[in-house]
Amino acid sequence: MTPAPELLVHALTAKARATAHARSSACPCGAATLADRPDGIVVRHADTVAKAHPPHTDPTELTSRLTVATHHPQILLPPLDPAPADLHGRLVTFWPYGTPVDPADPDAAPWEAAATLLARLHRTPAPHALPTMRGPAKAAHAVARLREAGPHSATAPVLRAWTTLPPWARAEAPMPDTATLCHGDLHLGQLIRHPAPDGPWLLIDVDDLGVGAPAWDLARPAAWYACGLLPPDAWTRFLTAYREAGGPAVPADGDPWPALDVPARALTVQTAARAVAKAVAAGRDLDEVEEAVVDACDRMASIPPQFTQEQAK
Amino acid sequence: MQCPKCRAPMHTYNRNGVQIEQCSGCRGIFLDYGELESLTRLEAQWSQAAPPPPPGPQAYPAPPAPAWGAPHGGHGHHGHHGHHRQKSFGRMLFSS
Repeated sequence: MTPAPELLVHALTAKARATAHARSSACPCGAATLADRPDGIVVRHADTVAKAHPPHTDPTELTSRLTVATHHPQILLPPLDPAPADLHGRLVTFWPYGTPVDPADPDAAPWEAAATLLARLHRTPAPHALPTMRGPAKAAHAVARLREAGPHSATAPVLRAWTTLPPWARAEAPMPDTATLCHGDLHLGQLIRHPAPDGPWLLIDVDDLGVGAPAWDLARPAAWYACGLLPPDAWTRFLTAYREAGGPAVPADGDPWPALDVPARALTVQTAARAVAKAVAAGRDLDEVEEAVVDACDRMASIPPQFTQEQAK
Repeated sequence: MQCPKCRAPMHTYNRNGVQIEQCSGCRGIFLDYGELESLTRLEAQWSQAAPPPPPGPQAYPAPPAPAWGAPHGGHGHHGHHGHHRQKSFGRMLFSS
């Protein structure tokens, strides 16, 4: 993918300013680009955030995802407008600004809030005709990028780990659960406090939201814990809060790993694939954390995955 | 010997070299002079022979982890390493 043209960033910035000024006559005019990635640009103007969605985003699917956020403002940040706008051929949405988790302080991460919001999302009846959650598709995309990247000694173990996964987790077959509402891409950048700076925590980014296997939403923290990157107490806090909120992705007690193993493997492979592809592109070595994720892939190849009865279907 | 409490016959038992009388009716136990001290001494020896408690704080047991997990069963090394690891891990927590 090519980086977004500067024209689009300028146009998006102007749109964010215009939308912010329409919301408040006394705008302090604080503008910032929050993210500028090949697959999405996010700019902020005071209390308004404008997002240009990835190229080729389906407008019908995005609208149905935005509708879920509009209808569940206690779980997901609702957009300012329930339908996307068109800007230079890209779909654009507008959002109120919320305070994110401090990236400099992962120890202050709101694990309980994240888990509770996910449990509530998973217990929310999914509307008819919502597309599938995009988790497995994103993992498959990361693996495809790895295959296209140049040679690297870590590529083989990551691809071997990928082959241990059942077809549904590689986006090659329908998911075992097609009724549960899922976020699809949970990480700590997907939580904000609204109203800023100390309102309740809410989930953001509906691009991958849809119906699917809810364990996918728990699988990133699970993978970080399994790889030795997340301390056991943070993982325990997250898992306990999810169970106490009645989350359906794991049994209420006992070993959660039969439910988590497949998606946690998939997200470990996805993380490793992204890391290796980036390292090849930048001509640099893997860092210690990236090595830990690749090492986990290496161990996966010789250990068959655990399944729940549902996942084995 | 008769039980001083319920008058049922008492039987003699040997417990670790200490003679004790137990009532066949109320199950009460009669100890001769010095026998209580003997039992207390035996108990103290038993405690000393027991293995010492494991060192370090006994926190909650680590939660289960998959077999492909990090060698120490998912025990975090987080925080014991340098700034580089913290920074890199922090970045990973916030990206897709």
